[in-house]
Amino acid sequence: MSTPDTRETAGPGVETSAITAAALALGDDALVLSHRLGEWAGSAPVLEEEVALANIALDLLGQARILLSLVGDEDELAYLREERSFRNAQLVEQPNGDFAHTIARQLYFSTYQHLLYGQLAAGDGPFAGLAAKAVKEVAYHQDHAEHWTLRLGDGTPESHDRMQRACDTLWRYTGELFQPVDGLDLDHTAMESAWLDSVTAVLTKATLTVPTGPRTGAWAAGAGRQGLHTESFGRMLAEMQHLHRSHPGATW
Amino acid sequence: MTAVTAGTTGTTGAPGVSDTAVAATQAAYEAVFDAAVAADERIEPRDWMPEAYRASLVRQIAQHAHSEIIGMQPEANWITRAPSLRRKAILMAKVQDEAGHGLYLYSAAETLGTSRDELLDKLHSGRQKYSSIFNYPTLTWADVGAIGWLVDGAAITNQVPLCRCSYGPYARAMVRVCKEESFHQRQGYEALLALSNGTEAQHAMAQDAVDRWWWPSLMMFGPPDDESTHTAQAMAWKIKRHTNDELRQRFVDIAVPQAEALGLTLPDPDLRWNEERGHYDFGPIDWTEFWDVLKGNGPCNDQRLSRRRQAHEDGAWVREAAAAYAEKHTGKHGEAQA
Repeated sequence: MSTPDTRETAGPGVETSAITAAALALGDDALVLSHRLGEWAGSAPVLEEEVALANIALDLLGQARILLSLVGDEDELAYLREERSFRNAQLVEQPNGDFAHTIARQLYFSTYQHLLYGQLAAGDGPFAGLAAKAVKEVAYHQDHAEHWTLRLGDGTPESHDRMQRACDTLWRYTGELFQPVDGLDLDHTAMESAWLDSVTAVLTKATLTVPTGPRTGAWAAGAGRQGLHTESFGRMLAEMQHLHRSHPGATW
Repeated sequence: MTAVTAGTTGTTGAPGVSDTAVAATQAAYEAVFDAAVAADERIEPRDWMPEAYRASLVRQIAQHAHSEIIGMQPEANWITRAPSLRRKAILMAKVQDEAGHGLYLYSAAETLGTSRDELLDKLHSGRQKYSSIFNYPTLTWADVGAIGWLVDGAAITNQVPLCRCSYGPYARAMVRVCKEESFHQRQGYEALLALSNGTEAQHAMAQDAVDRWWWPSLMMFGPPDDESTHTAQAMAWKIKRHTNDELRQRFVDIAVPQAEALGLTLPDPDLRWNEERGHYDFGPIDWTEFWDVLKGNGPCNDQRLSRRRQAHEDGAWVREAAAAYAEKHTGKHGEAQA
């Protein structure tokens, strides 16, 4: 689809196209991760987790709707863009895998998102209001992921192995989170080092080994912000967009 | 009710107490229980109650809890394909509520001395039932609307009187459940209205869904009164307040004008207002289909139960990890939830 209309929401002196890029990056992260978490409905390992995962998915969907609405029509953006136009990081589109993969993905992402919204809330940019509210939601997501990381890492030998594998597998997608995004005036270096400290502390406490694979560079993953995604993402979008696209112009 | 507190579920006397004394005590307990029920007082977990009353409640609450969690499946089937972000948020919240209802209801059953694990085992092994309505498939998006309007509408008709059920924890759980169910029903009605007023294809989708869900919804009230095995006793105990046929009629009377407002028809040529009765007459229900689905021959019986068992088995290592972690770090078993 063509570049979405940009509404006059940016503050004075801020490039609206940069705001659009930033809102899409943050909005797509929330939209895509919410969708993945929604895939768990009816299959969670315990009833309490049906409620918890849905809660996180709903918070993220709420954030996505606000962010996408800043730059255009939320449904057009969610349902009518092609794969290459999505700006989410590759981490959030990774398939759910087992519960350990879902938790590792959530730990990595929520830790990042909490730092991100914390910085945005402290500033006076166009996302400060949203971030101030979202940072409270994300604190819960992070807490939830940390507790499960501890339980799985320091639970049984099987859960330890599964959690270690999940942390290792997803590690390569985490470097992308700290690449600069147009329209977000953030201290990425400080964020990344705070992220590493926090994740290292949780994994260590959970008796897990902090992964040593590459997070940046040629062999690391991560060009989602530039519209390059992984194979499973196209299938996810096909499912998500199919009904909406089958009835052009319909309202629901 | 607090007059007689047995403390445990047992009613047999302590060692050394004579049989006559036990029988006299038992009779005294029963008299207090009967009086409390007659006076519309609530029976609470620590109160003495007849074993048959307890068993009947466990059966009903368990079936209700199982229906909530199996009922998540047909609707979750559409979360990833919801056609707008607003509808997606509503549907996710609804399916989440159902998980929450399952939690309150399993907790209500626990107050009767039956654990959630025990009840889930019975569900997974087919020894306890869930509402047969969930053995029908959700084939299009409009089914989500039809379930909200008809299935949740029927559920509310059944459940509102349960808020006055004689067993306190069940009645209180139902107050909360009913509030959320009425939101579910409204969102279903509203989703169908949007489809009915939408494009020709959307309208047809809505009509098709209503055609498929109408009769199974009427069956949700259970067999006709003269074939219902549990109704008489449940009404005497004030667990149940109205018969199946009364509730079914109440539901039809509410649904017919709603269908008209929606601009959709109901698939029953015999449906018409009966001035004399002050109710809508409706055509005969195919009870063969009802008993068949109940026996396990519905379109999705196998699928629903297999999926539930699979989720439970796939989650076993997670629950074991949580228990092992709790044991290591608190020395207590089972306090593993965040």
